[in-house]
Amino acid sequence: MFDFKSAAQRQRGLFRFRVSLAVLAVLVAFSVLGARLWVLQVQDHEGLLSRADSNRTAVLPLPPRRGDIMDRNGELLARNALTYTLAAVPAEMGDADELLEQLSEFIFLNDYQRKRFRRQLGESGRYAEVPLRNDLTDTEAAYFAAQSFRFPGVSLKARWVRQYPQGQAAAHVVGYVGRIAESDIKRLEATNALGNYRGTDVIGKKGIEKSWEHVLHGTTGIESVEVTSRGRPMRTLHRIDPVPGGNLVLSLDMRLQRIAEEAFEGRRGALVAIDPRNGEVLAFVSQPSFDPNLFVDGIDHESWRALNESEDFPLINRPVYGTYPIGSTFKPFVALAALANGKRQADTRIYDPGYFELGKTRFRNAGSVAYGNVDLHKSLVVSSDTYYYSLASEMTIDSLHDFMKPFGFGQKTGIDLDTERQGVLPSTEWKKKSFKKKEQQRWYPGETVSVLIGQGYSAFTIMQLAQATAVLANGGDYFKPHLVRTSQNLTDGTRDVVSTTPTHSLGLDPDHVRAVTEALEEVTITGTARRAFKDVAYPVAGKTGTAQLFNLKGSQYNKEEVDERLRDHSLFMGFAPSKDPTIALAILVENAGWGSEIAAPIARRVMDAWVLRERTPLAESSPP
Amino acid sequence: MISLFNLLLRGVRAIDWPLFLIAALLCAMGLLVLQSAVGGTDWRFADQSRYFVIAVAIMWIVAIVPPAWLARVAPLAYGVALALLIGVMFFGETSKGATRWLDLGIARIQPSEIMKIALPLLLAWYFQRREQRLTAFDFLLAFVLVAIPFFLIVRQPDLGTALLVGVSGIAALYFAGLSFKLVVPAVVLVMAGVGTVLFFEDSLCAPQTDWVVLHEYQKGRVCTLLDPTTDPLGKGFHTIQSTIAVGSGGLYGQGYMSGTQAQLDFVPERTTDFIFAVFAEEFGLYGALTLLVLFALLIIRGLVIASRATDTFGRVLAASLSVVFFVYVFVNIGMVIGLLPVVGVPLPFFSYGGTALMTLAVALGLLMSISRHQPVLDSR
Repeated sequence: MFDFKSAAQRQRGLFRFRVSLAVLAVLVAFSVLGARLWVLQVQDHEGLLSRADSNRTAVLPLPPRRGDIMDRNGELLARNALTYTLAAVPAEMGDADELLEQLSEFIFLNDYQRKRFRRQLGESGRYAEVPLRNDLTDTEAAYFAAQSFRFPGVSLKARWVRQYPQGQAAAHVVGYVGRIAESDIKRLEATNALGNYRGTDVIGKKGIEKSWEHVLHGTTGIESVEVTSRGRPMRTLHRIDPVPGGNLVLSLDMRLQRIAEEAFEGRRGALVAIDPRNGEVLAFVSQPSFDPNLFVDGIDHESWRALNESEDFPLINRPVYGTYPIGSTFKPFVALAALANGKRQADTRIYDPGYFELGKTRFRNAGSVAYGNVDLHKSLVVSSDTYYYSLASEMTIDSLHDFMKPFGFGQKTGIDLDTERQGVLPSTEWKKKSFKKKEQQRWYPGETVSVLIGQGYSAFTIMQLAQATAVLANGGDYFKPHLVRTSQNLTDGTRDVVSTTPTHSLGLDPDHVRAVTEALEEVTITGTARRAFKDVAYPVAGKTGTAQLFNLKGSQYNKEEVDERLRDHSLFMGFAPSKDPTIALAILVENAGWGSEIAAPIARRVMDAWVLRERTPLAESSPP
Repeated sequence: MISLFNLLLRGVRAIDWPLFLIAALLCAMGLLVLQSAVGGTDWRFADQSRYFVIAVAIMWIVAIVPPAWLARVAPLAYGVALALLIGVMFFGETSKGATRWLDLGIARIQPSEIMKIALPLLLAWYFQRREQRLTAFDFLLAFVLVAIPFFLIVRQPDLGTALLVGVSGIAALYFAGLSFKLVVPAVVLVMAGVGTVLFFEDSLCAPQTDWVVLHEYQKGRVCTLLDPTTDPLGKGFHTIQSTIAVGSGGLYGQGYMSGTQAQLDFVPERTTDFIFAVFAEEFGLYGALTLLVLFALLIIRGLVIASRATDTFGRVLAASLSVVFFVYVFVNIGMVIGLLPVVGVPLPFFSYGGTALMTLAVALGLLMSISRHQPVLDSR
């Protein structure tokens, strides 16, 4: 008992010693706080008081003007419009009812605005600005300006609001700005750019607005102002001007863009047209579209639901986000691969009985047509599947993969847009990585057969197909595709031109390219695209395609019987004029059936618009 | 009737009056300053008044509970708090770049707040159980129990709360008798670390320097403290404006509701983390020192309760909770007057916000429970 007691007492003694130390630490720490307070409030008091009181300076951010976005001809796609906002400071405005009464003599205020004003009066500080109305008309603003002496504490604020004059046209290219959200703040904080966004309330959310945010936004200036004891700015003490954001000139041609969009006639799909000489994107269509203006001030719930829940997915940027099997439009590239690998000569003939047998599996031609003896030229003109199926026994999937990769298939093209997806260019390695089960990781020869005609595991974006087509069109030079041609610095008038030198050359054999191109020309004369290109005034090289979505298991495909959403995609790839091409394009129309019926006529209209205008002397601007 | 009277008597006896009066005085001052900070009586003032009533009720209920019961729920409290913290990691709601909140369907809670109480509770319980048999291993285990929630909260990221939780745990280790052979070098090491940061400011704050364990924004906060003028529009703004506010207060202050810095919106976050700037501007050095004295009294009262407690549980819990109060006050005021980096730590009883206040109420209730439930008979 005695023993225990002494132990307990000793423990208590030790604990009390530790507590005493803690008390000492608290007193020391608080003394430090006290000392610092003394320094601030007694020693530096004069200086700090003068900063706070008689010479109260406010550091105000001067938000920069956001850069405009225009097409290659100077047509505006995004601009800033000045709107007027009326706001009141509660401490200075007098009686609220009286104010509303007098203001409504010449400014329209609806019930909602009045209610909101009263509610916010109760919620905000005496010196905070409470908005009365946004978007005043010029007349209202002018009236108020003349009468403003009657309304102390009420001020007219000019505010820049982003506008997209083209509406739905090219909406997926331009994108939109929206209020700065928490995720944006986090990102800005991480890059130490948040300070630059003080005073700015919107940021690029999609499209060029997002991917070129760093140029469009500009640099926020700082203004130190002297303010009165009531917080009114008196005079500027120091000012660093904001640097306005750069204007962007796109390679897009809005005239061509509109023609291309109209050519879809309301169908869903994607189109990308590229100048094969420099990688400039001339038209970039994603249908259906949306109105980006809805997003600028925060989209209302109803419109958001309508857009987001639509089965047509208007918000999706199809050319870069949608990945599709590209069907027969893949064949020209496979033909090049066969030539390059020495597996086939241009004049090698393959007998096509309408099907190809691999083991016990029979792969049929579309429509089960038998074409007889087929060489490379004919294989493209009539689109013989068997000619390409049979390559499966001559080429490995990996050699095909290695040939296609430099074209950009299954790779991000690096176009200056957000949300680009990579797609799938199948290889044995890819399959090993993508599947978990051992037996699924193996590559089967039958799978190569489907890939050779652009089906199977392959999934490419239309952007990739357009890019590959451009590479083929110029004979093997890879230019990184881009939408922005130049950015203009408004302060010093300088222009930054986006580089248009090829990033790499594929080293294609000109003879091979010529053989394929001649076959593709024939496609538009006597082949599958002959109707769409009837009487065309310039030579066109192209290939139609039909991509199966629905596994028919050997039965006949009947367009009318298959559910509309499961019908085949209609595709076209091509370039014109086929000698010295100025435009290369890829088109996909979702669930539209045969490529020759739907996609090829769209290509005709776009090519006509570009190639023919370029030849007329009236053209306001021709591409370089 | 008698029983009701007895119940009331028990209720009154459950209160530790010195602690209660100091806290009540602080609350009253807090409401006064909040009214000035919001520029009149608006919804925040009404909210905060309501929170105070709820806080008193919570404090009272906790105070009535005997410490033995508290010890019994300690492991459960810690387990639940830890589970919720892990839940935040996967299902948390993100706001202003940090994932701190968890929506349980009925209410949105901030598990890190619960941890502030649960951790000292658990450690006090653990050291009580291992009394007389403590080995180095016990301290190692206890350290791990502190480190897990600490890093979970740092990850959110919420450096301020992590700091409070970490300090409460380390304090518990110290009061449970962690050898001075470890305490002294640790204190020296921390001092040396802070010294190094101050000395090598320039190279440390160079943009290319990566601080490995800290987030970029946390690095920014430290560097902004070292030289606020580097980012006058961004992070430095808070510190510059709050020191101007405090300094312009002078000896006697600008007068209630008349601090121009606060009233004209120059002090950022003036109802929450930076409310001390409003107070110091309007009440001056005398007011600020009074406030410091009151807080010191509160903390010392807590430590007195600890030293009077008869068992390890009471001692360790009361002492570490007192240290939590100290860290709250020191870090908050230190940050407002530009001594410490801007971390999100509110000023107890002053900053607007219900969640933190409830945590404080529970802490006060625990202190009272320990203070008022000294066993008449020695439990052994």
